[in-house]
Amino acid sequence: MAKPKPRIRAPKKASKGEVIEIKTLISHPMESGQRKDRKTGEIIPRKIINAFTCTYNGQEVFKADFHPAISANPYMSFFVKVKESGEFEFTWVDDDGTTYSKKSKLTVN
Amino acid sequence: MRRLVLALLCGSAVSLAFAGVAVTDDAAQWGPYKVGDKRSGYTFAQPETRAIQEDDFENPAFLLVDAAAELWETAEGEAGKSCADCHEDVESMKGVGTRYPIYFEPWGKLMNVEQRINQCRVDNMKAEPWKYESDALLGMTMLVKLQSRGMPMEVSIDGPAAPFYEKGKAFYEERRGQLDMACAHCHVDNAGTMLRANLLTQGQPNGFPTYRLKWQKAGSLHRRLRGCNKQVRAKPFKAGSDEYVNLELYISHRANGLPVETPAVRN
Repeated sequence: MAKPKPRIRAPKKASKGEVIEIKTLISHPMESGQRKDRKTGEIIPRKIINAFTCTYNGQEVFKADFHPAISANPYMSFFVKVKESGEFEFTWVDDDGTTYSKKSKLTVN
Repeated sequence: MRRLVLALLCGSAVSLAFAGVAVTDDAAQWGPYKVGDKRSGYTFAQPETRAIQEDDFENPAFLLVDAAAELWETAEGEAGKSCADCHEDVESMKGVGTRYPIYFEPWGKLMNVEQRINQCRVDNMKAEPWKYESDALLGMTMLVKLQSRGMPMEVSIDGPAAPFYEKGKAFYEERRGQLDMACAHCHVDNAGTMLRANLLTQGQPNGFPTYRLKWQKAGSLHRRLRGCNKQVRAKPFKAGSDEYVNLELYISHRANGLPVETPAVRN
């Protein structure tokens, strides 16, 4: 499996007080830990994204915990009300401790 | 009895009127997706399905396309070459998706994009060919065809390809399976009408490989053809078989003029 690759769709510009939609997606197999290897009969170890956070200028604005029933390539969209220019940072945490992150700048006028 | 007949008549009149609305109402609104009498599968899809196709971010096929973009740069095989070493940027593949399948001289028969990619891997990279329907081959086919997105299909059937076109046409019109149906019965005679809960399309291949909601995955044209053959209870041919490549030439030529939509989203 290729390395998980985060993708973001967020506007670059917004007016003050506007509610903007942010779409996020990460390519990830989300191995639930419930499946068995067909040949050996052994359980395939769980490996999922277990947490997602979005910060804006360092302040947390959105957070989610993921559990094994979330499908592969988890997609999430949410709304944020913006007051000032800044930078979003999106972070996904894998079961093995790896974090994947991506940033997106936003100008508010 | 008479009341029953009357009710049936009324019922069919209503459904006829409905069918009329569905077909004529949107004649002007389809833009590039309708050329003359040819209508892309896009025009038969639900608005929600079309919305997924229109936004590359939402289109799940792009996960495979992104992975293929990395494979494009990855050297493999004994020759130690990647696609990019010979072809440079993947944009050099522009227009390729409109022409295939083509007649391939060394084989003495037709070749589609999937086979072209594998032939390139074997001949030039000295690498193992990818399995048909594997994520790698699907992704690379979509990546190559994506470069031609929006360009009209222009598959040639002249010269050495002509006899294969005739074979494909014969396949298309030949009855098969327990239901004794040919491709043409649904996709020519009955396009636009309902097959139980499904709206029959013209069966245009311009969006393949396509992300299909039923499959929850991207799939090749040949996978779709196998599905069609199974539905008429015929024994399907193998993906990549001569029969299907000949048929691919016939239906691709039939779609000439429609834009390449790879990777499309269909139900």
